[in-house]
Amino acid sequence: MGHRWDFASVLDNHEALLAGAAGTLRLFAICLALGLALGLLVGLARSARSAWIRLPAGAFVEFFRNTPVLVQILWFYFALPILLPFEVGKLAAAALGISLNSAAFSGEIFRGGIQSIEPGQWEGARAIGMTPAQAMRRVILPQAVRRMLPALTNRAIEIFKMTTLASAIAYVELLQQGRLIASLNFNPIEAYTAIAILFFCCLWPLVRLTYFLERRLARSD
Amino acid sequence: MEDPRPLLRVGALAKSFGANAVLRGIDLDVRRGERIAILGASGSGKSTLLRCLNFMEIPGSGTIELDGVVLGRPAAGGARAYREPELVPVRQRIGMVFQQFNLFPHMTALGNVMEGPRVVRRMPAAEARDRALAELARVGLAEKADAYPAHLSGGQKQRVAIARALAMDPEVLLFDEPTSSLDPELVGEVLGTIQSLAREGRTMLLVTHELGFAYHVATRVLFLADGRILEQGTPDEVLKAPRMERTRAFIARHQEFRL
Amino acid sequence: MYRWDFAPVLAHADLLAAGLLNTLRVTGTALVVGVALGLALALLRLSRRRLASWPAGFVIEVFRTTPPLVQLFWFYFALPLVAGIEMTPFMAAATTFSIQSAAFFAEVFRAGIASVERGQWEAARAIGMTRPQALRRVVLPQAVKRMIPAFMERAIELMKTTTLVATISYADLLYAANEISQRSFRPLEAFTVAALAYFVVIFAASQAARRVERRLAASGDSTVR
Repeated sequence: MGHRWDFASVLDNHEALLAGAAGTLRLFAICLALGLALGLLVGLARSARSAWIRLPAGAFVEFFRNTPVLVQILWFYFALPILLPFEVGKLAAAALGISLNSAAFSGEIFRGGIQSIEPGQWEGARAIGMTPAQAMRRVILPQAVRRMLPALTNRAIEIFKMTTLASAIAYVELLQQGRLIASLNFNPIEAYTAIAILFFCCLWPLVRLTYFLERRLARSD
Repeated sequence: MEDPRPLLRVGALAKSFGANAVLRGIDLDVRRGERIAILGASGSGKSTLLRCLNFMEIPGSGTIELDGVVLGRPAAGGARAYREPELVPVRQRIGMVFQQFNLFPHMTALGNVMEGPRVVRRMPAAEARDRALAELARVGLAEKADAYPAHLSGGQKQRVAIARALAMDPEVLLFDEPTSSLDPELVGEVLGTIQSLAREGRTMLLVTHELGFAYHVATRVLFLADGRILEQGTPDEVLKAPRMERTRAFIARHQEFRL
Repeated sequence: MYRWDFAPVLAHADLLAAGLLNTLRVTGTALVVGVALGLALALLRLSRRRLASWPAGFVIEVFRTTPPLVQLFWFYFALPLVAGIEMTPFMAAATTFSIQSAAFFAEVFRAGIASVERGQWEAARAIGMTRPQALRRVVLPQAVKRMIPAFMERAIELMKTTTLVATISYADLLYAANEISQRSFRPLEAFTVAALAYFVVIFAASQAARRVERRLAASGDSTVR
């Protein structure tokens, strides 16, 4: 048990950690934007009246919800380049895997949110002469987003956690850098503890925000 | 020879929820065999009084004495501290019937009634079963023993709930608006069941809005207002010749409803 | 145009099968331990004693808020040094995912217990039950039924999360696919087969979960998330 904790050996490598943090944040930002934007499209497609739009969107959701993200990332990194005339970079492979997975999950959130709005709202919007697209944008989505907010921030937390999977293809992010520090300085205890604390500090505010939004929603309904 | 000592004695009982003082000093003696109807407008504190008696709510201050024993220990600020191990046996002696029945939905009618004897009194299964069947028969529901609450009418649910309370051999029965969430045509069967318990000479306290029922069943009527007992006496005294203006107004209002 | 050839990959079907078996082993272990530990954590969390509820809350929040891969690395690389014990990849994976899913199950249990009406507690205590008796006989049986959908969803998430063990060289399905890809020089086919294998197993589990959920909904019972 008598381990002497020595975090100085981790802090000495703050440049490596900073590079890792930058990589984590870059990947997170890309996946969050892509995941939510694609998710909205998927959610709208899943609510569409035409089966030609609805069914492929459903298949997309089922496939990406029911396979592990790590498998998708490895597929995009090792398998996809064989079908393409160009290389797929580490960032691109990780971003593709995480974004498509998140699109499938947030698509379901958007769909649920849109469906939770009473039909009367549609009728009210149509009755004043709005097109379906106008009704969606001006009346339905603003109300749905409010209800979906806790689920969406929760999704953001999941995306942030998923960025660590990029270390499996040696993309430079926080965990990958922690691994590097641990192997160079023989201090895995401090290195991985520090990484865990860093992630906790980044995510804790988001978790509190989610709780707050959940409570607010529970109160208002 | 009547037992001179009250079965239940309440002294200066007070209870607040936050800044809202619901009970402001209740004194009450309940003798064996007494049937006390508690009347009052909503918010008068009548349900809270009942719920304090079996510690569904912990009293803010004052004393509750069961069979000569003052419950709880003195604590800071004139209040008393109650510990769960002391309250569990007390609740076994004071049965309660709720407005919302609160039957256990995952158990049959028989299972609901057996649960107390089985789990709390550790009776052997066969004995608990016989006992539960007898209680169900007493409330006229022997043939519904195997039905789940979801398949019973409101009136039947409330009668099962009464059987569940009876199976613990309580010395006092508390009824908290037992007919208030029933459809009008189902009220009669529950009142009939309570009336037959009254004929057995059981001690009971009953919060109700059914003035006629209180008149015929109760030996004493309390009228609560603003967390205090405003008026009490025999049913004839309180219901036919109330002395206080607020009691008169309350009774008049409920008479109108009867039309 | 690339010519697909699955034969070299399927020649190693035994590796894939062994990998799938190992995936199920980790999932099963973490599920069983996670549910038991999760109930314990939930009860501690709901306790009125701060000395019990606070540490339970801390464990729950930490394991829900940090990435599972970081936890896995910590248990595999750091814990053996701190505690002076040997850790096999299986032990590290089972420990990590047991505690991690316990943290999630604890919240499911908590939501389930909180969803049972106050009147049920009151009725149980009015017939003289102690709090543990009321919990065991009256509240939990009702709570568990409402938790089933959330429970199944979590179990499926867990199976997907177990792919992380490949990164510490535990021979699960994903690790087997990687092996085969390197031996056969057919990464496209190897990872495609792995993805499809996961999809088939997890999709079947999801469909089963959906059916149970529909049946529960039809019986009129509410559920918790």
